[in-house]
Amino acid sequence: MTRNFCLWILLGLGACSQPPEVRLFPADLYPEQLSAWGVVVRRGDALVFTSRAQPYELNSPLFSDYALKLRTIWLPPGTTAAFNADEAFDFPTGTIVTKTFFYPRVNGASPTILAAWQGWSGDVEAINFIDHEIIETRLLIRQSDQWDALAYVWQGNDAQLKITGAIRRFEIELDQQTAKLNYLVPSRNECAACHATNHSTGAIQPIGLKARHLNRSYPGDEYNQLSIWQNKGLLSGMPSLDQVQKTARMEDAAASVDGRARGYLDINCGHCHNEKGAADTSGLLLDAHTRSVHQLGYCKAPIAAGTGSGGRLYSIVPGQPDASILIYRLEITDPGDRMPELGRTLIHQEGVALLRQWVAEIPGSCIVEA
Amino acid sequence: MPRTVVLAIISLAGIVGCSQPTGDVTPQTTSAPSYEEQLRLQLETAKAGDIIVIPEGVHSFSRGLTLNTDHVTIRGAGMDKSVLSFKDQIAGAEGLLVNASNFTIEDLAIEDTKGDALKINEGKNIIIRRVRTEWTNGPSTENGSYGIYPVQTENTLIEGSVAIAASDAGIYVGQSRFVVVRDNRVEFNVAGIEIENTVHADVYNNVATNNTGGILVFNMPNLPQEGHSTRVFDNYVMDNNTINFAPAGTAVAGVPAGSGIIINSNDKVEIFANRIGNNQTANVLISSVFSAGYSERTFADAFDPYPETIYIYDNEFSPGGNAPDRKELEALRVATFGEDGRLPDIVWDGVTNPERNDAMGVICIDNGEAILVNVDARNGYRNISTDMTNHRCVHEKLAKVTLAGQ
Repeated sequence: MTRNFCLWILLGLGACSQPPEVRLFPADLYPEQLSAWGVVVRRGDALVFTSRAQPYELNSPLFSDYALKLRTIWLPPGTTAAFNADEAFDFPTGTIVTKTFFYPRVNGASPTILAAWQGWSGDVEAINFIDHEIIETRLLIRQSDQWDALAYVWQGNDAQLKITGAIRRFEIELDQQTAKLNYLVPSRNECAACHATNHSTGAIQPIGLKARHLNRSYPGDEYNQLSIWQNKGLLSGMPSLDQVQKTARMEDAAASVDGRARGYLDINCGHCHNEKGAADTSGLLLDAHTRSVHQLGYCKAPIAAGTGSGGRLYSIVPGQPDASILIYRLEITDPGDRMPELGRTLIHQEGVALLRQWVAEIPGSCIVEA
Repeated sequence: MPRTVVLAIISLAGIVGCSQPTGDVTPQTTSAPSYEEQLRLQLETAKAGDIIVIPEGVHSFSRGLTLNTDHVTIRGAGMDKSVLSFKDQIAGAEGLLVNASNFTIEDLAIEDTKGDALKINEGKNIIIRRVRTEWTNGPSTENGSYGIYPVQTENTLIEGSVAIAASDAGIYVGQSRFVVVRDNRVEFNVAGIEIENTVHADVYNNVATNNTGGILVFNMPNLPQEGHSTRVFDNYVMDNNTINFAPAGTAVAGVPAGSGIIINSNDKVEIFANRIGNNQTANVLISSVFSAGYSERTFADAFDPYPETIYIYDNEFSPGGNAPDRKELEALRVATFGEDGRLPDIVWDGVTNPERNDAMGVICIDNGEAILVNVDARNGYRNISTDMTNHRCVHEKLAKVTLAGQ
């Protein structure tokens, strides 16, 4: 029934006299309900988005406590984003980016137990409110002078604007055991904690909407996302695809461990740990542009890590993951010590395994000086 | 409303589906928001000029707080009356994180945060006044790192505040410019006050007691800014003998218990007119980065690890240095000064830049009978010297730090 309903919607066969519309609002009139934007809405038991928005996936996504994410981008008709080789594309005023966070439910569990992410098909049709706990939809709105970030929390038929964010408490199944999950919906200022990638200006920027992260096909699709955007006239100035950077996907066994690890660090850490980011105070830089192995943490003493050092001496000790602060920070869940500071309360086992392998394979040791 | 003009509402018929949602409607709950939510909303929606008043009482928080708006004041009813308690914190790496300029916080307490209590990351014209940060269980390695922690700030005043039981520094000013730290009380922290990679700081009229180290002036390698030009004066730096409870690996984990004032790898530091005593390792310690627990660690070539242009005068020392918290120092105390002897008031690792011709003028001392011992750390503590010849000198005095608008 649910599936038929979805298909019926997607085929546009419904006798819908007044289809909803995408609307833009000025910053002082942001609507309390997500549906007002007309980009992502609930229809019956299905989550649907406007046919003019593009769903997209990233090569290596930010880990968010095993949540699944539906990402869409909508550009005002007739507008185009400008390609950038390194940074987020320059999007036109009126662009709306959405990211909806959801989990599959463990079958038959009552009350709800969430299932941890096992990778998903990208099949938008499969997202419904029966089999899934749909938690929040975050928006990035490109105003003429800046990007704004908003989080809407799903409740019933719509999602409500939550400037202050929220903590939602769930049970989640991890390794066939049930764990507690204190899921954080970020406040507006917490959104900026990651999205103000240049901490000095404090300007909010998209993080995933960069060439290297987008350079792939959408699951189930044979064409590269960037090529599709280019062909649809949504993206201008892109060189030929073989000239575009590409982040290795963390689960791609054919890619190098170094490439996958650096891609993971870039998307999970680089928004703060870059030379203009909030964490430049640490001297540890983990974004894709960092070339100095010392800045990357090799034999680098912590500055103000405090208890976050875990009693270890260096961010990375080549060959020794168990002596590396970086690994400690990923394996701890204490809010004062864990990294990233926001958006992770669980341990990302697959990410940790990748970075452990990466550190283990780094040659050398920390040299004794003086 | 220029935005309204620019963003004239654009409509288009694009969504697939019907206009009216169906399905269950969950009734909205309408209970009054908690104080945590009220304050968070004030911070998240703050406008320039806002004064956010924290009422009397102990207010409990489950998540850290963040302020990103310039020109905001947060004001309580007193550091023992308006208490923000983070004992039950489950999210956020700080109690209050401020990413803003022209910020004033006064007359309140921040207790028991999981990480730092008050962090201000990049901002100009910062005033922290009569704020107490405390871990109420007392010294513990599990406590958060910093009490009051402005980093990469400019024109910063910290006064009349109290910082207790931080597992790193009670008051920690990092990578900042033009800073005044005065009239504060810091106790039972690993480092009472730490001035790190900061340029132009005046630290005066503070009481630093029962920390592992009372007042630290440090430079750390591999940071955007190296520090210099700090004056430490008119402070009371007594009884800083608390066992070091910092997590291993941190900068202050190498601070010996019983350190009064420590200068590490910093230049142009003036220490005068303090009352310093009963710090059992030494009343004043001066060292290069090589002697601060970092000897095995590397740093960028550009970093200057040698403390230079240090000027110590007119302090009132009372006895210290009787039980150094380093076996090398304890051995040389006994060997050089006798079983019941004390290390001199000023202990220097003696590590100088090899490109320097001599040690004349590295550290100038004009402090009555007080002497310096060069422990020759680089050569295995072999050539212990209390010869003051190289230290009977003067440096040009540093200018007072004047904060704009103060």
